[in-house]
Amino acid sequence: MSLLGEGLLDLAWGLGLIGTIVAFYAGWRREVRWTEVARRIGLVMAPLLTLTVMALEIALLTDDFRLIYVTQVSRQTQPLFLKITALWGGQNGSLLFWSWLMSLFLFAAMARADRLPPDMRPYVAGILLLTQTFFLLLNRFFANPFETFPVPPADGRGLNPLLRHPGMIAHPPLLYLGFVGFTVPYAIVMAALMAGRQDESGLRLLRRWTLVAWLFLSLGLLVGARWAYDVLGWGGYWGWDPVENAALLPWLTGTAFLHSVMVQERRGMLKVWTSLLIILTYALVILGTFITRTGVIASVHAFARSAIGVPFLIYVGLVLVGSLALLAARWDLLRAENRMESWLSRETFFLLNNWLFLGIAFAVFWGTFYPMFSELLFNEKLTVGPPYYNQVTGPLFGALYLLMGVIPFVRWRRTPGASLRLSVGSSLLTALGAVALAAIAGIRQPWALLGFGLCAFAGWGTLLDYALGVGARRRATGEPWPVALARLIARNPRRYGGYLVHLGVVLIGIGVIGSQFDQQETQRTIGLGDSLTFGGYRLVYQGIRQYTPATEPDVVVTEAWVRVYDRSGRLLADLYPYVLQYDTGESLTPPALRATLKEDLYLLLSGWVEGGNRATFKVFINPLVSWIWIGGVVLILGTLVAVWPRPALAPVPGEIRPPLQKKPAPVL
Amino acid sequence: MRGSRLLAFTLRPVLLVWALAVLAVTRPAGAQTPTPPVSDDEVNRVAKNLYCPVCENVPLDACDTPACVQWKEEIRTLLAEGRSESEIVEFFVTRYGMRVLAAPPPQGIGLGVWLIPALGLPAAGLWLALRLARWRRPAPTPEPPPEPSLDENARMLDRWIREHW
Repeated sequence: MSLLGEGLLDLAWGLGLIGTIVAFYAGWRREVRWTEVARRIGLVMAPLLTLTVMALEIALLTDDFRLIYVTQVSRQTQPLFLKITALWGGQNGSLLFWSWLMSLFLFAAMARADRLPPDMRPYVAGILLLTQTFFLLLNRFFANPFETFPVPPADGRGLNPLLRHPGMIAHPPLLYLGFVGFTVPYAIVMAALMAGRQDESGLRLLRRWTLVAWLFLSLGLLVGARWAYDVLGWGGYWGWDPVENAALLPWLTGTAFLHSVMVQERRGMLKVWTSLLIILTYALVILGTFITRTGVIASVHAFARSAIGVPFLIYVGLVLVGSLALLAARWDLLRAENRMESWLSRETFFLLNNWLFLGIAFAVFWGTFYPMFSELLFNEKLTVGPPYYNQVTGPLFGALYLLMGVIPFVRWRRTPGASLRLSVGSSLLTALGAVALAAIAGIRQPWALLGFGLCAFAGWGTLLDYALGVGARRRATGEPWPVALARLIARNPRRYGGYLVHLGVVLIGIGVIGSQFDQQETQRTIGLGDSLTFGGYRLVYQGIRQYTPATEPDVVVTEAWVRVYDRSGRLLADLYPYVLQYDTGESLTPPALRATLKEDLYLLLSGWVEGGNRATFKVFINPLVSWIWIGGVVLILGTLVAVWPRPALAPVPGEIRPPLQKKPAPVL
Repeated sequence: MRGSRLLAFTLRPVLLVWALAVLAVTRPAGAQTPTPPVSDDEVNRVAKNLYCPVCENVPLDACDTPACVQWKEEIRTLLAEGRSESEIVEFFVTRYGMRVLAAPPPQGIGLGVWLIPALGLPAAGLWLALRLARWRRPAPTPEPPPEPSLDENARMLDRWIREHW
């Protein structure tokens, strides 16, 4: 299997390299035939890598412990399902998995290459093939999953316990799909620059591809947060861990890109800026893969450290230098076709949005890498943890909510002040009402109150926009309101899908503020049959048992039984917090949850003595956490609506794409 | 995604054996003293803001590795002696350096963490504002586009939606 796998890898990277060269040659000479050759090579990568991945899967399923990788992530007794998912359970396998996903995107892009302008096709193929080839070379020479032992061991170590949870099985593929997905918009933008194109014929396509990547990346982040909440047992869902940050960074710049590309599409402005954003996103994707896979910044996620660091850094460096040089060379093509006309315009607000997103991205980047800098420069390691991120990015996120509440009422070019005053006035009133309600509900921290106010402001503005649209439709057509709403969205899925995403973000904000500011926790030791009272709950320790599940013989489960009553003595739930102790010495303490829309009761079994006669429990009360997951679902739905096929959009009336002005506007 | 039980993954084999031995004894630390003079909650309140040098990015209160359990016991002892939270934090800082803090204070090498974003973000905003001011030009048409009527018919409506987008 090792020989087959390595042979396939050799074939793939060899073809990839040839394809890259052919593609760029075809672009240079404008050779249609060679373009077609490159395109076909691009199409072949997917089946080739599917075979390679299958070779590794067969090795995993047949317990082929000659392969070093198999021993790292599998063992004979591992359940079938986990043997399959062990493909991305370790560094080398997950890089191959990355390459495979990349080849699928490459296939999709090449299969629909006819939608691209002909002169861009070879370059899109070339850039995608280059990325593909880089990862294949990495896989072949620095992180080879098919490497073998001279003398194979009898059994493997088994999959890392943390990765056996369904959330962790779904999280890496989704995140990687998001990462990989962003290579396509990058390729399209770079190809337009290389081909020296001035018009935005690729823009519609660009938006779709970006939304698809954004969808997966968002989903990956959400599933990752949920996994942390369900498995790690520290009471939260996001810890500003370097690896989380690495995944958040391209999401932040990608989101900024999604917004600025709208300005480019509608108004022909911000072209350099938009190109810069996608270059940055692509570089951060590569950097993110690098951080998650090499452990350059020591982190709980960095399971492995290996020799792939140097090639990664070189590649990121080359990408940045090459892309920026290209951007500089094509500067003239990217002159804005229009100028800003008013401060009160959508263009300005989108720029503000970009400033905030990039500000957050910079703050996160700085915090993530500062410990590395300080260690390199001053030989002292620092911890940059949640207090930094919360204080620096908190206000910026708050400002984004402010923008979200206003943007539905701000027009392209310029906005009549009267309509804005009315709508923003009503949003402000709603926000004040929400603050008053929160204060009555017992929330006292000023920042939490402000946060809820901002959420209400953003939520009301968005809902009002829906309501106005539905109202207008109903008056015009007499449709019942559900039909009017559905048709309204169908008429302009991008706008209303986008606002649905905003609503999702508002709900997530409510959940974050609630759980961030009002979390309560306690840790107490009680005897069998005794109870502890906390936050309006009475928890009775009923019993404890130990067993080894048939599917996982290497683990001992210690499970406590706790009955939960409310103040009046009504039985609310039976909770079973447990501890998993693996024979490798690792252990895991997943929580038992009672989730309601108001709050989550999050119960951990922290210890036990006297054969379970006394046990220590850690109890968290996390208000409003459920709204994060609900908001996540809304966000995904909104993205799906926005990405759905839709009628063509008209440019802004009044100023339809004039030819390049004689005296070009300065580039922003 | 902090893993509370995550140190185990980075432990060297030798440490592991030792860890297992200690784990067996200290794991139910809270349970060992039936009526502790200092409660777990008081210990955790201090531990929440501390990070041990081994378990990176995992706050002490959420960490049950032997080293962290030992630190927590130290905190308990210090609290029992009547030390204040800031005294205890300082005690750990002098012994292990600034890295035990959840975020460095804005002084010395920790200054850069805070200073760069604090200066950089407003500076970028200012630059953007100046850029915009220069970029703006008087509108070519003085009249803003007329408010579309919402009450006419569906076709008008669709145009309205598009104009607004």
